[in-house]
Amino acid sequence: MSFLVDLLTKQGLVTAFAVVGAIIYASHLISKYLTGGRIHGSAIAILAGLGLAYWGGVATHGQKGIADVPMFAGIGLLGGALLRDFAIVATAFEVDVVQARRAGLLGALSLALGTIIPFGIGVAVARFYGYTDAVSLTTIGDGAITYIVGLVTGAALGASSPVMALSIGVGVLKAIIVMIGTPFLAPFIGLNNPRSAMSYGGLMGTVSGVTGGLAATDPRLVPYGALIATFHTGFGCLVGPSILYFTVRAFTG
Amino acid sequence: MTIYGVALLAICTLIGVGLGDLLGMALHVKANVGGVGIAMVLLISARVWLSHRGALSAGIKLGTEFWATMYIPIVVAMAAQQNVLSAASGGPMVVIAAVLTVGACAGVVALISRIDKGEKP
Repeated sequence: MSFLVDLLTKQGLVTAFAVVGAIIYASHLISKYLTGGRIHGSAIAILAGLGLAYWGGVATHGQKGIADVPMFAGIGLLGGALLRDFAIVATAFEVDVVQARRAGLLGALSLALGTIIPFGIGVAVARFYGYTDAVSLTTIGDGAITYIVGLVTGAALGASSPVMALSIGVGVLKAIIVMIGTPFLAPFIGLNNPRSAMSYGGLMGTVSGVTGGLAATDPRLVPYGALIATFHTGFGCLVGPSILYFTVRAFTG
Repeated sequence: MTIYGVALLAICTLIGVGLGDLLGMALHVKANVGGVGIAMVLLISARVWLSHRGALSAGIKLGTEFWATMYIPIVVAMAAQQNVLSAASGGPMVVIAAVLTVGACAGVVALISRIDKGEKP
């Protein structure tokens, strides 16, 4: 047994690849057989990750979730700032600029509204719950844009880990609500054509939520929603730690 | 060559994060200002430039797309190392913020799709 623990500890990052792969595999099985594909496998996997982090916190009384368990320290490297930023930048490679230009004004408008509205609500709710410092307010507000924007902002501004976890929590829950709720919302909000799918992608932002939700509504709408939604995180990462932070700081002093 | 794609991604990330750091210094914030966003714009521009020159090889695509597909696993690993225990105390806040956000944005989508329909020929 101690041989196995030693092996897994020594092979940190390799262990992390295997563990995360197993989590995602199990999550996709759960998605397929227990939810009929309604809840996206990625969303379940992220929830499982948060669950493991909770368990890690209980077991070790540390601050870094399951990464505080020596055997799983590689998860800290795999999910750390370096590889995270690297992979997020890589997702920009799949944005189709020609198609994006066709979205034009509608995409830009929905993108701007989809950034400002969630941010405003996030900041207001955080303020209501007693947060007063600009860093925490901005991080939680940005989490309401998408969890990635919340993370990038939190990391850039040096937010505390509990605030980061809240920020992710808001973003992940938003993604899950969008995923589950889209098919039910669709008839009421006119979501049945490419243009409305684009404004939906821009306003909801969360790529996993939008693609999962649109797939459950009408698979043909997925690329249009995803196209604008993929810009959402980049746009949020650009304005989150800068313009939005300065705006909040101007109010909090 | 796959490494060209990985290197392109690395260069864009380095320049973007570097500019974000410099911007932070210029604005007197101890923070990286939009570094990841700048890096994304750089990578999109690089891809457009390469494909216009017909130089977008399969290797370059593989090298960057591999990392793009690793994004969800990395997010899962990232979720697994958050301080969830202390966040759990803020439970209702998370739910309220998420529900209000989705509700408000769905309302705006409904509004836009009404206006948009009216404008179309």
